[in-house]
Amino acid sequence: MNTTRIRTIVEKEWAEVFKNRLVIVTVAALPLLFAFLPLVVLGTTAGTMSSAGDVTDLPPSFLKACGALPPFECMQVYILNQFLVLYMMMPLIIPTSIAAYSIVGEKTTRSLEPLLATPITTEELLIAKGLAAALPAIAATWGSFLLFALLAPLVGATAGVSAAIFSPTWLTAVFLIGPLMAVLSVNFAVMVSSRVTDPRAAEQIAGVLVVPLMALIFGQIAGLFVINFTLMLSVAVVLAVIDAGAIYLGAQVFQREAILTKWK
Amino acid sequence: MIEADGLTKVFPGEAKGTTVTAVDNLALSVEEGEVFGFLGPNGAGKTTTVRMLCALIGPTAGRAAINGYTVGQNDQAIRASVGILTESPGMYDRLSAERNLLIFARLYGVPDPAGQARKYLQLFGLWERRGDPAGSFSKGMRQKLAIARAMLHEPRVLFLDEPTSGLDPEAARLVRDAIEQLKGEGRTIFLCTHNLDEADRLCDRIAIFKTRLVTVDTPAALRRRLFGRQVVFHLGRVDGALAETVRALPFVQEVKALDTKLVVRLDEPDTQNPAIVRALVAAGADVQFVGELRRSLEDVYLQLIQTAP
Ligand SMILES: Nc1ncnc2c1ncn2[C@@H]1O[C@H](COP(=O)(O)OP(=O)(O)O)[C@@H](O)[C@H]1O
Ligand SMILES: [Mg+2]
Repeated sequence: MNTTRIRTIVEKEWAEVFKNRLVIVTVAALPLLFAFLPLVVLGTTAGTMSSAGDVTDLPPSFLKACGALPPFECMQVYILNQFLVLYMMMPLIIPTSIAAYSIVGEKTTRSLEPLLATPITTEELLIAKGLAAALPAIAATWGSFLLFALLAPLVGATAGVSAAIFSPTWLTAVFLIGPLMAVLSVNFAVMVSSRVTDPRAAEQIAGVLVVPLMALIFGQIAGLFVINFTLMLSVAVVLAVIDAGAIYLGAQVFQREAILTKWK
Repeated sequence: MIEADGLTKVFPGEAKGTTVTAVDNLALSVEEGEVFGFLGPNGAGKTTTVRMLCALIGPTAGRAAINGYTVGQNDQAIRASVGILTESPGMYDRLSAERNLLIFARLYGVPDPAGQARKYLQLFGLWERRGDPAGSFSKGMRQKLAIARAMLHEPRVLFLDEPTSGLDPEAARLVRDAIEQLKGEGRTIFLCTHNLDEADRLCDRIAIFKTRLVTVDTPAALRRRLFGRQVVFHLGRVDGALAETVRALPFVQEVKALDTKLVVRLDEPDTQNPAIVRALVAAGADVQFVGELRRSLEDVYLQLIQTAP
């Protein structure tokens, strides 16, 4: 493993990819949106809901999970949990956008062959492309979360709600599941990129990854399960296993000969 | 420097169960410092051959060695020791010319990336434009930049896959001049081309190739082998007697009289021309000018390719 070569590619990817406006918008706008959306929701609910009238609408299982938290704050935590899923979605969306441009882009400009002619190993190249796509996504996710978490008290989050935001459930989702999502996303993007010739198509196909996450949102709304620490930990474990498979498959696709003779 | 034996590449075909043999049982040997032309029509298998020799794709059968490293065994060493200009230059268009070179210098582990980038930008006359995006370069400049990129690690063997195809004559000349410069440095150059003139001008030896190797020889020998050598004697005036005088010489194979010229076919003009000149002068002819009639290599090539199976 040659770190100079990996770093060279990562820097090259960033220099190239961040000249693309669409990618910049995805990488910068999404985290800002996902930081301010929950803040707006927090701010408006804090102002209007003085009584906990509709708390009874919450799934009973969730109410129970709130424990000693006053019903109104429980309501806020419930709503914020939907945003928690968005934080898990972000590291899934951003890397596909970068990886699709960096791999399909190189494929269409035929610049992969000179690269493959250098002494770089395909593992190094794949890791470099992966890091180039995953690191900005992880940084954006974490930055977005911290922005939200630190500003939350300013728009009326009570100590109880803030504690929920910094609970193991949230921290696991953002700091453990986030990177795992990014890894999955990158490898999936590699597999898709080997088959398509349009970066936007690659991005859209890789977008199917968010479907299981949507299930998480609707599952909670339907009261099928409660987003808690155990659930997040289970998601992380399952994701780690899926990641291992995705890395294996990604590496299978990303072979010199296959790239030069089979990629269409 | 480059050795191949029985080198074969078979691809799966478009239809299921079919195969395409791109390279069939290729044997060749390229010496150090030689400029070796690999001449063949489109689809002949030139790119496939170069990819195998540069350890980018594996052969289906046969063996090859480059710089003493065996394909399939020391692939990374091969990639580190050869330079390649791929069929499409594949520059990073949004990045500057210099940045493009620096990236590759680092990938090749060049000790002084900036120095090497400068050396080749200057050598190919691109230094002034080093800060401009590669995408703003003309085709000829891009191609020179791509050759510079292949040279950064000072490879002893350089593969050039159709370096002038798709270039206008002016740009092609610039690229050819660049190759000429590298040739002067004693590097081994493997030049794929379907441009005969280019092969003729640049190469020490030429392989004519169409899936199989048709023949390998020097450009001059290729011409001679098919047509013999022909010398033109420009005389003030030609008559039947003069033609007979020349025809009577034992080594002369054929004589044709064309208005004020005699076209003579023979094996060794260097030693045989003086005797012809003496005979002509003795017969009272005014020898104005003697030159070799160069058959275009194209004739040779077309004949070989058409008769190839
Ligand atoms: N990846 C591939 N899959 C199937 N056939 C291929 C592949 N690459 C090349 N070929 C076939 O091999 C032959 C030689 O191609 P190529 O080496 O590109 O020729 P050249 O460079 O001389 O034009 C062609 O018939 C081409 O269609
Ligand atoms: Mg070719």
